Amino acid sequence: MNYLPSVGLEVHVQLKTNTKMFCGCTTAYGAPPNTQVCPVCLGYPGAMPVMNVAAIRLTVLSGLMLGCRIGAHSKFDRKSYFYPDMPKNYQITQYDQPLCLGGGLVIELGGQTKLIRLTRIHLEEDVGKSTHYAGCSGVDFNRAGVPLMEIVTEPDISSADEAVAFLLALKQTLLYAGVSECNLEEGNLRCDVNISVRPEGTGKLGTKAEIKNMNTFKGVQAALKYEVARQIRCVAGGGRVVQETLRWDPDLGETFSMRSKEDAHDYRYFPEPDLLPVVLADAQIEAWRATLPERPAERRARFMHVYGLPAYDAGVLTAERGVADFFEATARLCGNGKAASNWIMTDVMRLLGESGRSVTQCALTPEVLAELILLVERRTINLPTAKGLLPELFEQAGRPAELVATRGLGQVGGEDEIGRLVEQALAANPRVVQDFLAGKQAAAQALVGQVMKLSRGKADPQMAGRLVAERLAARQGGAAVS
Amino acid sequence: MALDIDQLTVRQAVVGLRTGAYSSVALTQAMLEAIATRNPAVNAFVWLDEADAMRQAEAADRARQAGQQGVLLGVPLAVKDVLNVDGHPCSCGSKILRGYTALYDATAIARLRAAGALLVGRTNMDEFAMGSTTENSAFGPTRNPVALDHVAGGSSGGSAAAVAGGMALAALGTDTGGSIRQPASFCGCVGLKPSYGRISRYGLVAYASSLDQIGPITRTVADAALLLGVMAGRDALDATTLDQPVPDYNAALTGDLRGLRLGLPREYFVDGMDPEVAVAVRAATARCRELGAQIVEVSLPHTRYAVATYYILAAAEASANLARFDGVRYGFRATGEGAPIDMYKQTRAQGFGCEVQRRIILGTYVLSSGYYDAYYLRAQKVRTLIRRDFDAAFAQCDALLTPVAPTPAYRMGETMDDPLHMYLGDIFTVTANLAGVCGLSVPCGRTAGGLPIGLQVLGPAFGEERVLRVGHAYEQSRQGEAL
Repeated sequence: MNYLPSVGLEVHVQLKTNTKMFCGCTTAYGAPPNTQVCPVCLGYPGAMPVMNVAAIRLTVLSGLMLGCRIGAHSKFDRKSYFYPDMPKNYQITQYDQPLCLGGGLVIELGGQTKLIRLTRIHLEEDVGKSTHYAGCSGVDFNRAGVPLMEIVTEPDISSADEAVAFLLALKQTLLYAGVSECNLEEGNLRCDVNISVRPEGTGKLGTKAEIKNMNTFKGVQAALKYEVARQIRCVAGGGRVVQETLRWDPDLGETFSMRSKEDAHDYRYFPEPDLLPVVLADAQIEAWRATLPERPAERRARFMHVYGLPAYDAGVLTAERGVADFFEATARLCGNGKAASNWIMTDVMRLLGESGRSVTQCALTPEVLAELILLVERRTINLPTAKGLLPELFEQAGRPAELVATRGLGQVGGEDEIGRLVEQALAANPRVVQDFLAGKQAAAQALVGQVMKLSRGKADPQMAGRLVAERLAARQGGAAVS
Repeated sequence: MALDIDQLTVRQAVVGLRTGAYSSVALTQAMLEAIATRNPAVNAFVWLDEADAMRQAEAADRARQAGQQGVLLGVPLAVKDVLNVDGHPCSCGSKILRGYTALYDATAIARLRAAGALLVGRTNMDEFAMGSTTENSAFGPTRNPVALDHVAGGSSGGSAAAVAGGMALAALGTDTGGSIRQPASFCGCVGLKPSYGRISRYGLVAYASSLDQIGPITRTVADAALLLGVMAGRDALDATTLDQPVPDYNAALTGDLRGLRLGLPREYFVDGMDPEVAVAVRAATARCRELGAQIVEVSLPHTRYAVATYYILAAAEASANLARFDGVRYGFRATGEGAPIDMYKQTRAQGFGCEVQRRIILGTYVLSSGYYDAYYLRAQKVRTLIRRDFDAAFAQCDALLTPVAPTPAYRMGETMDDPLHMYLGDIFTVTANLAGVCGLSVPCGRTAGGLPIGLQVLGPAFGEERVLRVGHAYEQSRQGEAL
């Protein structure tokens, strides 16, 4: 018997707002514990929440990017449970009227595409962070009240690889939308994984187990693989999967039961009386929609179509919105998409990789790169000269044309001038010429190198190559006559 | 001769301070002396920092000398122990907040401060405002200064007793189901519950967030109007405050009722009501007619469901609002070994009193899965019907006249073993909270035994001008009588 896994994800995404969801405290990461707190986010007596509209906007933007329907009337609810990192012992979240409904995201895996449907996206507040020491525990409330968006999928995912593909595509989309930093190390993206298996040919989903609080994609993949295998073993062996909440131990590579269905919380949801319902006017939603960036998949298709790029190149250039923006600005400025793509995919990406910086963190701008490309295109400088200038322009701001002028890097132009240099090279290297005439083709390349050296690298290498070939051919012919 | 604050009103004090008849220091000193003398028998105040009070008074006098003004400059006010005043304790009549010191001013407090008022002392209350007698307090019961073997009412019993007992010119209370109006009625003072959203709740320790409102307990309707005007208005820190302009409430006090239609809700004059209360309220109605009002009978047909609705919704909200008192971050923490959950259990079992525990359990129950629809959801629907009752009534009249409570003040201990009896006493007051409308309690007579009786004037949401006008005209017409 063959078993099919059905996987649904609940992805928690910290939104990129300056302040917390219900108070004015900053959301900056990494401050000393409990230094970014106030009566509201600490749940002090009498403090009340006030909605941060930016959190609503970013959630709606995410929903629009993911093709969701935006709820006309949305509200917040209290979800009650006791835990030391929960300041109020209830979390303000959205129960039955979330901001976004439906939607989906297309993933690509092994050349196949698949739609993963979304159930909903809702907005809630993050809780504090507990740290356990020997004999005591500490809670840092800096994170408490940071806006958290929960994206819930349908159980459309059928493998660990699909889950990771979904998470990567989701991360890419959210980064494009600018709604979250999506920094996994800082806990910006965490997910709960719901897993069930069923025999092939049956329609009804099996009993699900939920793995809580995964914060790496690798962990999701490993945990999913393990849990699917465990459930199949269980069912195939005649057993039944128990509905329970699991914890993944990355060191042991196993899942452990945290609590069973019988111990499940009764969260006692009810509408949050301190906040008004959210009623978004169509005009407001449309105004936000107008600020949406192009989705990654659409942009990739457009790059192929408009700039004539191969699918792979378009994929690389659109992986990150910053790079795609950089490419597109460069291509527009220099009018040569192919050249812009070549420069960015090779030299610029290498410099980015070596420096560990993002494209917005280096000195190089699309204006500078476009100017460099045009200098080569107009044969003002040759390609090696241009490539030599790039690391400098990457590190600090500068105008390529000025550098070329002040340093005299301009290409040695005329055929006469390069012809003289060729003669000079031939005269200075009779041995090499002899080698060529004796049939050693590679010797011609050495002579071109000499010409480049004589020009201090400024000759057009193509012209130098052609002239060397012509002069050598002339000598070859001459030798045959004599 | 020491200043006598027994009958002094806020308005008189404002004039006295402005004209230099006395200083804020003298006024505050008189208040502190009155508290020292009278509080031991009444237990209206549960905390008092005399040095802090005098510092505030001195600062007010200096400010006046420096030419500063403020509608309440130098006037000392007492504060119910449920409102955060920066640097003062805020224990809500509970052991569980033992040791907690407020870190900030409630918005209402900040506005009073900005107007120059002094915040003096903390008044007793039923724990977390749950109760109608101020007997459910970790600080012991408050007694009615008019009749010491009777309760002061609740939950703002300490504030009403302080005002009635000559220990404060005025005090702040909060009203979730009658907690300002009923103790004001029991003690013979004026109590105003503003419309929901009129005064910011920021800094009021929530009992039932959709019902709570802050309001003044005073000696005159004019004082209530004055304090309301200072505290009212939109607050960015409370999303449920409305952006409605704050009218000049003093200007509404015309002294007559000509052209007003006042409704008597049939359901508020019921069998089993104390006959002396019925007689006093009927007489007050007649007086209003003499003052120019037209009296009409109206109906609020869903009134009989109000108490049940109130206790479901208030308990549900309270069960979440009080969850934060867990011993983790502030207040009382039970000592002992074990997991966090055991610490919670011990802290809450030892920190909360019986009535609070009863309502938390009730609220937890009505929100539980499987019961939510039958209780919470149904109660919300009834609440809508009650609100519509008021809409319909206010389409026929400008304000309503009713008793505040079916009886005068209970004897001490009378309702302690019979919470249901106490709950039923809220029947005429909870409707205003459920509907979000405003209500005023004005003294309208005494029983043969000398217990005060209150007349309730109910007005539509943001109709404070009307209830103040009615209450003031009635009060003026009975000036000089011992009410």
